[in-house]
Amino acid sequence: MTTMPMIESDIHPAVDNPELPAFLPNDQLPPFDGDRIIQYREALREAMSEEMRKDKRVFLLGEEVAQYNGAYKISQGMLDEFGPKRIIDTPISENGFAGMAIAAAMTGLRPIVEFMSWSFSFVAADPILNNAPKMLYMSGGQFGCPIVFRGNDGAGGQLASTHSWCVEALYANVPGLKMAIPSNPYDAKGLLKTAINDPDPVFFMESERMLGDKAHVPEEEYYIPFGQARLAREGDAVTLVSFGRPVNFCLEAAETLAAEGIEVDVLDMRTIRPLDIESIIERVKVTNKVLVVDQSWPFASIASEVMAQICETCFDWLDSAPARLNTADVPTPYAKGLEYDYLPNPERIVDAVRKMLG
Amino acid sequence: MTQATAASSEHTQMNTAKADSPASGLAPTAKTATELPKEVLVKWLYDMQLIREFENRTMQAYQQAKIGGFCHIYTGQEAVAVGTIGCTNSDDPVITAYRDHGHALARGMSPESCMAEMFGKTTGCAKGKGGSMHMFDRPNWLFGGHGIVSAQTPMGAGFAFSEKYQLEVMGIGKKKVTLCYMGDGALDQGCFHEAQNLASLWDLPVIYILENNGYSMGTAINRHTANSENLIDRAKGYGIKAAKIDGLDIMNIYNEFKPIVDECRETSRPAFIDLKTYRYQGHSMSDPQKYRTKEEVDTYKDKDSIAKLCSDLMHMGHIDEAGWKSMRKVISDIVRASVEHAENAPIPEAGELYTDVYANPQKNLSPTATYTHGTKNPLM
Ligand SMILES: Cc1ncc(C[n+]2csc(CCOP(=O)(O)OP(=O)(O)O)c2C)c(N)n1
Ligand SMILES: [Mg+2]
Repeated sequence: MTTMPMIESDIHPAVDNPELPAFLPNDQLPPFDGDRIIQYREALREAMSEEMRKDKRVFLLGEEVAQYNGAYKISQGMLDEFGPKRIIDTPISENGFAGMAIAAAMTGLRPIVEFMSWSFSFVAADPILNNAPKMLYMSGGQFGCPIVFRGNDGAGGQLASTHSWCVEALYANVPGLKMAIPSNPYDAKGLLKTAINDPDPVFFMESERMLGDKAHVPEEEYYIPFGQARLAREGDAVTLVSFGRPVNFCLEAAETLAAEGIEVDVLDMRTIRPLDIESIIERVKVTNKVLVVDQSWPFASIASEVMAQICETCFDWLDSAPARLNTADVPTPYAKGLEYDYLPNPERIVDAVRKMLG
Repeated sequence: MTQATAASSEHTQMNTAKADSPASGLAPTAKTATELPKEVLVKWLYDMQLIREFENRTMQAYQQAKIGGFCHIYTGQEAVAVGTIGCTNSDDPVITAYRDHGHALARGMSPESCMAEMFGKTTGCAKGKGGSMHMFDRPNWLFGGHGIVSAQTPMGAGFAFSEKYQLEVMGIGKKKVTLCYMGDGALDQGCFHEAQNLASLWDLPVIYILENNGYSMGTAINRHTANSENLIDRAKGYGIKAAKIDGLDIMNIYNEFKPIVDECRETSRPAFIDLKTYRYQGHSMSDPQKYRTKEEVDTYKDKDSIAKLCSDLMHMGHIDEAGWKSMRKVISDIVRASVEHAENAPIPEAGELYTDVYANPQKNLSPTATYTHGTKNPLM
């Protein structure tokens, strides 16, 4: 438990490197597969609870996180364990409580701000974009902002335009922040624990559609370093680069393609900022073809950025132009079938791969 | 010893701690301003005059294009920053908007750091990365300088939240009061209403200090906010203690504000203060001031807060003409020295562009930039 005073004039966040947990490279992390099967939401809860037990600077605030046990039951039981001073129900004032939490972070606390959905973060755009990522720079290194903003990102189930935002491209544009986007329960725990300990603001993207996903999550503590992609499936025909929920679409598509004798890579980026370009290059050198699958709109998207970086770093290794598959470039529709067609679904991925292979 | 260093050393003496002196770091305890030790009152006059003189030089430097960007002058409002900060302990958090030079100096930032920041030099408080609107001073608990109107108001609640959290959850720290300054324009932002609601709902010890100078840029208060004669009722609507205070008379500010600070610290309840004040200069350095008359400005200049305090102190026998004259001389030398310092201070090296972006600057955070750790500003 930390008892150090929050502000010491001789502590300089940008110079005195903060205590970071020991990060292990992929091959030394606990095994990805196993039989401790829990939900994605439970993995998130486990990450927060473990960190809160160790560090009293960490607290959770957001709408319905406490007495309601979480709008999506992510924080279920946390009020009972940590009490109302650390699991804090807020009014529907994203601008107000995000700004408040940023100030708390400047003094050395470690807030976790839950947005019920990232779609609701726009009313807090000023504090989360203008204050959190710029505080360290603007203050000449005097005040850091160790904060995590987390919540559902991307299309849920038929929530239509206002509630289905993918904010990664909009927000990742801003220097000073980091962005993590786990595609599975194992990563959800390991990346969130890293996010909570990182001294910089971390935008953490979850997905309502994945909260019930079940997979092995190690009981032990582990921290997945930012900027370290995971090769979720290895192939030789094409490298699919993705992050967040569409990684699962890619894996499904890979099964279909395998039945046709086409083996594709699925590279799960895990974090967008930092972006593990080395792992992409490594796989491009093997497959010589790359398709970026992204759940947000194509114009100036993360896919665009990934393609630009590929062209800058390993153009000569490509046999064909890098390709991207985004959501349809329209507002998110409500009707079930339309929403499905809008997403970078497995069928669209299969088609895109077939097209690439001619 | 040069004139400038002599002046500086006098300035330092002013800031040397002695129990119950202005520099002890603790708020004075006297019930009324007239009972305050002479030292405290004279220090107020000193600080107010320092701000005024500093702003004169700031304008000069701006006109010489040595300072760039938006630059908002505090002249006319000195009693507010000095008087309210004078009611707090030196480790009570303070946050303000972009018209922030006065708060920085009143909080104890060295005029050198403040001026050098505006000159975009490495010895500036933010190493030249923030400029006029973004004065930060960690040792003096000044959390900015914020350029977005009212963005500081939820943050003000946040410092109060943090201090309370540390005390109640972590068992560290002490009871503190956060001062959150705002212009009248900030009244109209939604986030201020969210902040008041949160502060009241969660019993946060923050005091919102409305520096009501009557204008939001060129828009007079009765044209930009409803029921502008009765602003304190709004705060009361949130269950927040509120008071209207004449902000031109620093003795009066102390008398009325100090009990509010003490109560806030004790009860952990927020407060809102409508301090009537006036800015003598335009909104920023580029303001032709078509929206007000010279007569109006003169009416306020006749009630100048520095002249008022000075004459009060003379009546009380705390200072005489000679003392006032020599104080002004000392201040003028210090401020001139701060300009000289800023002129001669080094400009940031090109590599500074990429420091202080991340506290943990790992690789691959940017396709084009390699970030590194910054260096600590020796003046901070
Ligand atoms: C959100 C936002 N809108 C507009 C501006 C531009 N702007 C800067 S200061 C200002 C006027 C604010 O006046 P007030 O709050 O009364 O403070 P004062 O300048 O009188 O100290 C405006 C419109 C801004 N900085 N932020
Ligand atoms: Mg104003």
